Amino acid sequence: MRNSSLLIRAMCQSARQKVPAAARIFAGGAGLIGLPQLAAAQTAVMESGPAKYAADHFPVAPGGYTPMKPTAGVGMPVDGGIGFQAQYSPNGEYALWMHNSFLLPTIIAVSILVLALLIWVVVRFNARANPVASKTTHNTLLEVLWTGIPVLILVVIFIPSMKLLAKQYAALPASALTIKATGNQWYWTYSYPDNGGFEVTSNILKPEEADARGEPRQLAADFRMVVPVGEPIRLQTTGADVIHSFAVPSLWFKLDAVPGKVNEKLLFISKPGVYYGQCSELCGARHGYMPIVVEALDRPHYNAWVMTHSAAKVDGTPAEAAAATPAAADGAASSSSAHGA
Amino acid sequence: MATTADHFQAHGDTHEGHADHDHKPAFFQRWFMSTNHKDIGTLYLIFAIFAGLVGGGISGIMRAELAHPGIQVLPGVNALLGVSSATMDQNLHLWNVLITAHGLIMVFFMVMPAMIGGFGNWFVPLMIGAPDMAFPRMNNISFWLTVAGFCSLMISPFVPGGTGNGAGIGWTAYAPLSTTGSQGPAVDFAIFSLHLAGAGSIMGAINFITTIFNMRAPGMTLHKMPLFVWSVLVTAFLLLLALPVLAAAITMLLTDRNFGTTFFDPAGGGDPVLFQHLFWFFGHPEVYIMILPGFGIISQIISTFSKKPVFGYLGMAYAMVAIGVVGFVVWAHHMYTTGLSEDVKMYFTTATMVIAVPTGIKIFSWIATMWGGSLSFRSPMVWAIGFIFLFTVGGVTGVVLANGGIDDNLQDTYYVVGHFHYVLSLGAVTALFAGFYYWFPKMSGRWHSEALSYVHFTLFFIGANMTFFPMHFLGMQGMPRRIPDYAPAFEYWNHWASIGYMFLLASVAVFLVNIIYAFTMGKKAEGNYWGEGATTLEWTLSSPPPFHQFETLPVISDHDHH
Repeated sequence: MRNSSLLIRAMCQSARQKVPAAARIFAGGAGLIGLPQLAAAQTAVMESGPAKYAADHFPVAPGGYTPMKPTAGVGMPVDGGIGFQAQYSPNGEYALWMHNSFLLPTIIAVSILVLALLIWVVVRFNARANPVASKTTHNTLLEVLWTGIPVLILVVIFIPSMKLLAKQYAALPASALTIKATGNQWYWTYSYPDNGGFEVTSNILKPEEADARGEPRQLAADFRMVVPVGEPIRLQTTGADVIHSFAVPSLWFKLDAVPGKVNEKLLFISKPGVYYGQCSELCGARHGYMPIVVEALDRPHYNAWVMTHSAAKVDGTPAEAAAATPAAADGAASSSSAHGA
Repeated sequence: MATTADHFQAHGDTHEGHADHDHKPAFFQRWFMSTNHKDIGTLYLIFAIFAGLVGGGISGIMRAELAHPGIQVLPGVNALLGVSSATMDQNLHLWNVLITAHGLIMVFFMVMPAMIGGFGNWFVPLMIGAPDMAFPRMNNISFWLTVAGFCSLMISPFVPGGTGNGAGIGWTAYAPLSTTGSQGPAVDFAIFSLHLAGAGSIMGAINFITTIFNMRAPGMTLHKMPLFVWSVLVTAFLLLLALPVLAAAITMLLTDRNFGTTFFDPAGGGDPVLFQHLFWFFGHPEVYIMILPGFGIISQIISTFSKKPVFGYLGMAYAMVAIGVVGFVVWAHHMYTTGLSEDVKMYFTTATMVIAVPTGIKIFSWIATMWGGSLSFRSPMVWAIGFIFLFTVGGVTGVVLANGGIDDNLQDTYYVVGHFHYVLSLGAVTALFAGFYYWFPKMSGRWHSEALSYVHFTLFFIGANMTFFPMHFLGMQGMPRRIPDYAPAFEYWNHWASIGYMFLLASVAVFLVNIIYAFTMGKKAEGNYWGEGATTLEWTLSSPPPFHQFETLPVISDHDHH
């Protein structure tokens, strides 16, 4: 509903930032630094935002909602994996590129340099090879170099660092869908204020249940946070009792869920799929047992999922239209009783 | 740095009036009412070794539980602690209690007592040519307060603290989990433990600052002090300025828990994130407190076994000062995901990256010290060379984490655990073992076995790398911290890490055997058993030094370069 989303937006005023002019220049130059074309196009959509809803915003796919099966290796860890999970959001792809092509080679080079110098020193200057120690304790040029070169390396790292932060804080368009994730001890509730205000409660599945559904143990949940793919989402987090943290590694997203505070951040998923995460702030006994499952669907199927809940509406639809739509049929329940405490 | 050792005659070596000058007090007075910096240093080292065994034992339980998916070990541990047939929630709570205890013990009762209380107390007065610390009796209070703090912490796991006994809040003790989220006295005992140990450390800091500023022997200017003394001086200032903030933060936890205040309770107008700011304002300088004395130890060792003064003395001293100062303005890099604003996150990213510069200066200066030297690879030198490489690895993962945008996918994952164990276990602890093998014969008068030291190093090096390197992989793949069970996809590297622990356990056994060997069969040690490279004042004294030394102050002559 417009009113509730305006209210929520007012509540979050302090948390939102304007897009710095520099970020627009960076967005324009995005193609120059090797971003995939798809991400660049999506970045443009993110930052400009449609003034009105596009024509394909409202259709509801027939057939209701069936949970998507996860794909092995997508949105989940891989046994023996040695790098980040594959990324499915533009900011995540940029961050991954920055780490893998930039940071990681730099730190490997520094470590190898230090190791090589140590090995050389041990070989060349051990007591048998060099019985008389020199008395050199100063060399101004060397000291300038090993101060100045690290400074230069840091300056070079600084530029994409600031760019990544600017992207992560990019202002959301007014029409962005708002979803609120609340951390509880020990489960998540997802509220959809723009879709009629229903709530989804998400509890961990027991190992046998996860196996039965073909989902990874410890990561699978009974009900998922379903979101539309390819659209900027205003994801808000808060805590109901203690601090939790909403995290999805394959979307490069983490935001603490703090009691008394509503944090918000842009979430943009590039590809339909199932993406797993876990609570990332110590919150009591079952901190390791409150997973997060995000399912990204194209708009018509997302709308169909929305309409399986009671008092639901497609976001952007006026309130009267919601009352006119049929009430939720039996099927995916909107909120089950919380078995957290 | 060279000091005029040759002109000075240590009184303890002569026999005139020896019986009067070196009279030691009776056992109880000597060890429970000490005013002697060497004895207090010994007490701290024994205490730190004991606490390290407890903290390390806890991590063994943790690695046993994490070796495979599922909960295997926690129910048995609960039974040992007196909670038979514990519920699943009690077992999971016990996990949180174990990780909390491991962190608090290793930080406050192992590294700090060993570095500052142990080596600081032993060698700062000796290196500056002072007869003792400025406040010898307060020195003793510091030690016994630390012991009292440890006792309070050991009570905590046996009283209620939430979904079971003990404080399951992490060493970081975030509110509201540590306030409304933990009912029962366990957290209060943990808070009290930090009050006691913190008071001891503040008093120790006062003692070191006063001693170093006022009691240097004639001719020893600040720019002629050994780098270990510089490291303790900077550390003492960090302690003095940071610990009171921790004291305030945990006192506010205590009043929120027991006296109806709502500093961190939003229902009363408070803010949980305030606790994080206060805690990390202390917490970041704290990690430099843990490593800076280690830097000092490494400088002494590298210089001794290269037979060369440390390269770029002023750069080294002021790099430590810079690390200390900048370390006070970077705390929120521990809070990147709490909902900071864009400008704040950009600032802390930038400031944190800056610390890499003085740290890099130190790494390169140590290598330059060895360059052109005549290196001998006695065991302290092997540990020190290992330190230089391993601390570099830990430091560079810190540069990755410093980046606020990148940290979004690493905060609270095992990548962070890997990073800080590299700089702590493979940094601070390596420096501690290096210092131990360097100074043990000086302190005890007995030689340990160098052969066993090499075995210790080898097992430790293999074990620590095997345990902690895979954690970077786990973190990048998304495994969160502080969980007792994990998705099956995390099993491979967890299994390797748990095997690595076995090597660490073996290395600790070798260490203990080495100490026993030293006291039963070790040869006597001379005054300067390392030879020409050992140029600081402690090497002019006997091993062990006389009970009271430098009753006549040594004179440091001008011809020494710094």
